[in-house]
Amino acid sequence: MAKNCHNDYKMKFSGDEEFPDLSLHNNHMAKVLTKEIYAKLRGKSTPSGFTVDDVIQTGVDNPGHPFIMTVGCVAGDEECYEAFKELLDPIISDRHSGYKPTDKHSTDLNFENLKGGDDLDPNYVLSSRVRTGRSIKGFTLPPHNSRGERRGIEKLSIEALASLDGEFKGKYYPLSGMTDAEQDLLINDHFLFDKPVSPPLTCAGMARDWPDGRGIWHNNNKTFLVWVNEEDHLRVISMQQGGNMKEVFRRFCVGLQNIEGIFKKHNHGFMWNEHLGYILTCPSNLGTGLRGGVHVKLPKLSTHAKFEEILTRLRLQKRGTGGVDTASVGGVFDISNADRLGSSEVAQVQMVVDGVKLMVEMEKKLEKGEAIDSMIPAQK
Amino acid sequence: MAGSFTRMIGGRNGAVLLASLGAGTMATGFLMSDNPLAAEVRTKLYPPSSDYPDLRKHNNCMAKALTPAIYGRLRDKITPNNWTLDQCIQTGVDNPGHPFIKTVGCVAGDEESYEAFSELFDPIIKDRHNGYDPTTMTHPTDLDASKITNGVFDDKYVLSSRVRTGRSIRGLSLPPACSRAERREVERVVVMALAGLKGDLAGRYYGLRDLTDKEQQQLIDDHFLFDKPVSPLLTCAFMARDWPDARGIWHNNEKTFLIWVNEEDHTRVISMEKGGNMKRVFGRFCRGLKQVEQLIQERGWEFMWNERLGYILTCPSNLGTGLRAGVHVRLPNLSKDIRFSKSLDNLRLQKRGTGGVDTAATGDTFDISNNDRLGKSEVELVQMLVDGVNYLIECEKKMEKGQYIKVPSPVTQYRK
Repeated sequence: MAKNCHNDYKMKFSGDEEFPDLSLHNNHMAKVLTKEIYAKLRGKSTPSGFTVDDVIQTGVDNPGHPFIMTVGCVAGDEECYEAFKELLDPIISDRHSGYKPTDKHSTDLNFENLKGGDDLDPNYVLSSRVRTGRSIKGFTLPPHNSRGERRGIEKLSIEALASLDGEFKGKYYPLSGMTDAEQDLLINDHFLFDKPVSPPLTCAGMARDWPDGRGIWHNNNKTFLVWVNEEDHLRVISMQQGGNMKEVFRRFCVGLQNIEGIFKKHNHGFMWNEHLGYILTCPSNLGTGLRGGVHVKLPKLSTHAKFEEILTRLRLQKRGTGGVDTASVGGVFDISNADRLGSSEVAQVQMVVDGVKLMVEMEKKLEKGEAIDSMIPAQK
Repeated sequence: MAGSFTRMIGGRNGAVLLASLGAGTMATGFLMSDNPLAAEVRTKLYPPSSDYPDLRKHNNCMAKALTPAIYGRLRDKITPNNWTLDQCIQTGVDNPGHPFIKTVGCVAGDEESYEAFSELFDPIIKDRHNGYDPTTMTHPTDLDASKITNGVFDDKYVLSSRVRTGRSIRGLSLPPACSRAERREVERVVVMALAGLKGDLAGRYYGLRDLTDKEQQQLIDDHFLFDKPVSPLLTCAFMARDWPDARGIWHNNEKTFLIWVNEEDHTRVISMEKGGNMKRVFGRFCRGLKQVEQLIQERGWEFMWNERLGYILTCPSNLGTGLRAGVHVRLPNLSKDIRFSKSLDNLRLQKRGTGGVDTAATGDTFDISNNDRLGKSEVELVQMLVDGVNYLIECEKKMEKGQYIKVPSPVTQYRK
């Protein structure tokens, strides 16, 4: 274990003496944590030794941004969400639109339930992508796992991925020992992930021992990609140029189910429960862990006064094409679902498909100089 | 209350509970860390060999000294403050090092780290401190500044003089390991002691969190303010946690005696002034240190120190005296001469840029300081610095007159 497994030493100080100073903070953890909750939880430890101080360290170290609300806490293992629920339930509720501790989450990876999605105009929709994360039962999560565990995860993942066939046949590239040629190719394909430098990740202990146990797998067609041991045990990505989200989602679902089958056979299925869906490191990714999105050209719509409003109503969010912390370039936006927990994979991708279709139509109207007020949707 | 959750799930019932959560039998046994049987199961599931770091691309003292055998014996050991070997070496695993600079690659989390993990620390100490063998040698402490001779340099060459060291408060964990409460306790103990300083040492504490803009600007102008560490060597060693909680700067009114609280060590103590009067700088240094020590002792605290390793600090490179005595000195002729580096080596001095350890020199002004920390006393090291700088200035003067200069013979190493 990398973290202090015995909390007892700290217990000789009072809760007040240990309570973090959150006066300058603006993240979900700081909003929710009180001295009472802290006092109740500080004596606890999950079976693998993760404590509430470990959960909140990243949020203490990163007060947040006045405009962006970060989560400010992570799970170190599956049991955290139960052991520290006095803290995590309100955070989950706050982050996931009022999701209650008694709510149930539905999982639907049946791609046939998606309506349409194969006809997004490729003149506007440049590329389509669906990603999620998966955690492997029986291992602790990236903030906490030891080198031995991380390597165990890698080994299992390699085995599982190596058995994939047909359109999923591919190859694993471990980050340690990658040749320069391999590295250049992966960068050109936009597949390579770097050592995390973002403080919310490094302060949560996720960059330890880099690049040990980390790697990238992709199929020969370069349309299905798996990251091993980055921010989650696995990140699974399906993508392609153009607007055929239906095909992207089909491959996503089929690929995931194939992989899951193999892990289950080794008695290491994915972490999942009927309240929180798929268990991932960051509470913001609970539920489906799914971000389905497109790169779409919306130069006129994006400057319209009602753009933000439209996105909110469609339950979508915008990002720059470089990812979560970037700005848009040339009127091209990354548009994806805002929700993760409380609705299924099919429902979330449906919202992206329907929402993007509508926005492209709006863009076309604006190009002709016509008004779009009548098209503005009701809140979904 | 402590460990109540683990106690609740202890024993056979606990195993059933965990299994029902789907943890699997081997994993269940492994996860129950308070169960003595579980430790055995964990060792079988993840023996030390499975956790041994990949150090093939590494070039630091830790990577040189660590072996699978040492790791196997030490991995499951824990200090009384619950610090582990993995936590000591994390910074060295995460930072392979530089091909030209040899970093240490490990830190202590508490005083006991140096004992519990001595099998790793002792060879690292020997490597870093030029053969000082902690298993056989003792370290001398001498803070009697009156012994220094020829300690006033020519102001034409020496622009400023400075001595720094660190001190740790016994009984509290070090910056990589300390909890917020411990760190705040360090701050309380130190600030209370400093409030008792009088005369030319009387001064004031500025907590980092509550600095006004005006105070902050003043501290920056005085070159006193330290920033949140960004160097991965420090952040990977967990030293920036909870920033800026319980961090601060204390300095005397005359701005010649300065103390950093809870940066890389519990305290860093600095004496400085413009010009070349190193004797006075060192005198104030010793006086201030002794007074602070007395003030904390009055309240039942003491500094971490032992005969084997001298003053205990976070980084093994700072053991012994933890002392870096140095000057900013102009050496326009000598610094361009091919004999400069060798002269420094033989005098057991090092050069840095005037911005500190990772900067290059600009122009002709260098930061020249002692190489050694452990195995020689404070007085011995400062005298070596004094003798060395005087020699360098003599060379510079000679070169100005076009006269011949000689590389000095090497100064002696440790007494056995």
